[in-house]
Amino acid sequence: MSVKVSTKSLTLVQAVNDALRIMLKERDDVVLLGEDVGRNGGVFRATDGLLQEFGEERVIDTPLSEAGFTGAAIGMALNGFRPVVEIQFLGFIYPAYEQIMTHAARMRSRTRGHFTVPLVIRAPYGAGVRAPEIHSDSTEALFTHMPGVKVVCPSSPYDAKGLLIAAIEDPDPVLFLEPMRNYRAFREDVPEGKYTVDIGKGKKLREGEDVTVIAWGAMVPVAMKAAEAAAKKGIDADVIDLRTLYPLDKDMIAESVQKTGRTVIVQEAHATGGLANDILAVINDTSFFYQKAPAERVTGFDVPVPFFAHEDDYLPTPARVLHAIEKVMNDS
Amino acid sequence: MERDFPIWQVLNEEGTVVQPEYRERITKELTMVMYRHLIRTRTFDRKCVSLQRQGRIGTYVPYEGQEACQVGSALALNDEDWMFPTYRDHGAMMTFGRSLVNTLLYWKGRTEGCVPPKGKKIVPPSVPIATQLPHAAGAACAEKWKGTKNAVIVYFGDGATSEGDFHEGLNFASVFNAPVVFFNQNNQYAISVPITRQMRSKTIAQKALAYDIPGVRIDGNDVFAVYFQTAEALERARHGGGPTLIEAVTWRYGAHTTSDDPSRYRDQEESKKRRETTDPIKRVERLMQREGWWNEQWANQVQEEVNAEIEQAVAEMERYPKANASDMFDYVFAEPTWTIAEQKEAYLHWKRVMEG
Repeated sequence: MSVKVSTKSLTLVQAVNDALRIMLKERDDVVLLGEDVGRNGGVFRATDGLLQEFGEERVIDTPLSEAGFTGAAIGMALNGFRPVVEIQFLGFIYPAYEQIMTHAARMRSRTRGHFTVPLVIRAPYGAGVRAPEIHSDSTEALFTHMPGVKVVCPSSPYDAKGLLIAAIEDPDPVLFLEPMRNYRAFREDVPEGKYTVDIGKGKKLREGEDVTVIAWGAMVPVAMKAAEAAAKKGIDADVIDLRTLYPLDKDMIAESVQKTGRTVIVQEAHATGGLANDILAVINDTSFFYQKAPAERVTGFDVPVPFFAHEDDYLPTPARVLHAIEKVMNDS
Repeated sequence: MERDFPIWQVLNEEGTVVQPEYRERITKELTMVMYRHLIRTRTFDRKCVSLQRQGRIGTYVPYEGQEACQVGSALALNDEDWMFPTYRDHGAMMTFGRSLVNTLLYWKGRTEGCVPPKGKKIVPPSVPIATQLPHAAGAACAEKWKGTKNAVIVYFGDGATSEGDFHEGLNFASVFNAPVVFFNQNNQYAISVPITRQMRSKTIAQKALAYDIPGVRIDGNDVFAVYFQTAEALERARHGGGPTLIEAVTWRYGAHTTSDDPSRYRDQEESKKRRETTDPIKRVERLMQREGWWNEQWANQVQEEVNAEIEQAVAEMERYPKANASDMFDYVFAEPTWTIAEQKEAYLHWKRVMEG
């Protein structure tokens, strides 16, 4: 007997809103804070309607102060609340970096678990929407490098909702990266009620035997397009959406690479010090002798995320990914 | 602005009560409690400097000279209140209930030192400057939402007022009318940099004007001024009156830390002179002598009791078992990630093999 779960068709940003609404309703300790999250419903409307539904003690327009409201949210988390702060764009998170690095990330560790910071920091990230300067950063690696913080990055409405609920329920700080390029790019049937997606687990989007393609966030649709193009050329790609960037789903990466022996990693961010390098380390540690060709990375460049006139040249494209797939197939 | 924010005293340098309306509240009992805590914090501080010199603890941050700020403000708190200290505020932390042993363990590089006694909301000291001010604002908002009458005190120095987090913390607390007392210990130096390089303003208290909150400037070496003004600010906070900025003007006699040499940046004669004139303990002694409350035998007994308590804590700290390497891995997350679990296992295995 199968139980029919009722669903609704949502975009990624609507799925974020749905998750926040469910958690605000379920738990009195959840509060939202950030710039323009209240009356305006967020600049992307991620918190649309929540102030009206839950009041200004739960959905809080703060002074324009990333360090200040992130720091205040740490104090609230220490004192029994589960704050969800919105950084308007990831490129504006840097004033709060100190608060996250020196306090949120290490409070549990330095107090042997006496004080904890169950804090979620949401941030739209990435290029590709013709945004002004500084609005297009994807500096996830600054945070995956930070011990004590989990980093989550969904690419689809279903995962966005399930992962955001899991992040709010997580006892530790979680940076929740929302690919703004995917915010309204497509809809998906999402279950109506509460569900979670496990933090730390990737998702296999496509099964294939020839090559492993690993991507996350806004690069997932790019990787999928490249995989479809490769299929037309008779190359069958295994595509992994990482969904969580720290901790990585080591088992899924290893299982796929051991099957295919060939890997392409697609990363929007700058190449040096990027997460792709940590994925290479996982492959090295788990699957070195299974490899039939050197792994390829398709990444942004070691340049500041450019003005949008250049962003089509900066961002990995399906064509660049396909080229890398063909390269690893031809190497032996 | 110095005229608008004069330094408020209850007890002057000679030990005379200069605020008649507070006369009744300065009882012999209260004075004895204050004196004991002042002696305890000073003796502990001197002991720690000596322990550091002997290599028995790590780099230490002394507060000698600032005891009245820390004792007076901590004694004004209720048990249920929150304390957000800096690394120089263990005098306040111990007065509020943190054990001497845990304080020593902190300076011995042990995380046990950050765990407060059961039920006490003493957050570990903030090492980056001013970053604890927003935390205090947030924790205070949380108390307000819970509908309690609890308040929050947060400590910071004069240098902290130059940081962005000082503004962001005060502004946030002011906008949300949070029950928090911003307690500034203006010891007039941030390591080597004098206050004239931190600000052109003549006072720190005047900065309260920008947030439309009460700003109070007090003699930080007058334990009664500190106690009464902190208690009033806390009372205001508990009853919906929002935050207060207190500037307690004081002086650290010694170095910034045991690694610092203050003779490089200021005349040591100044500290010597202040020890004789404005010292927080001397003036309480003078008050007690003036009032006929002074008893040499009692004072000796206080000193002996404090010495014994400290010696016992030092012995306990030194008996502590060696730090366990697995502790480093065990508290990063509620459940360790596979990376941490693997690293822990590999390292502990290697260590076992190497150590036989």
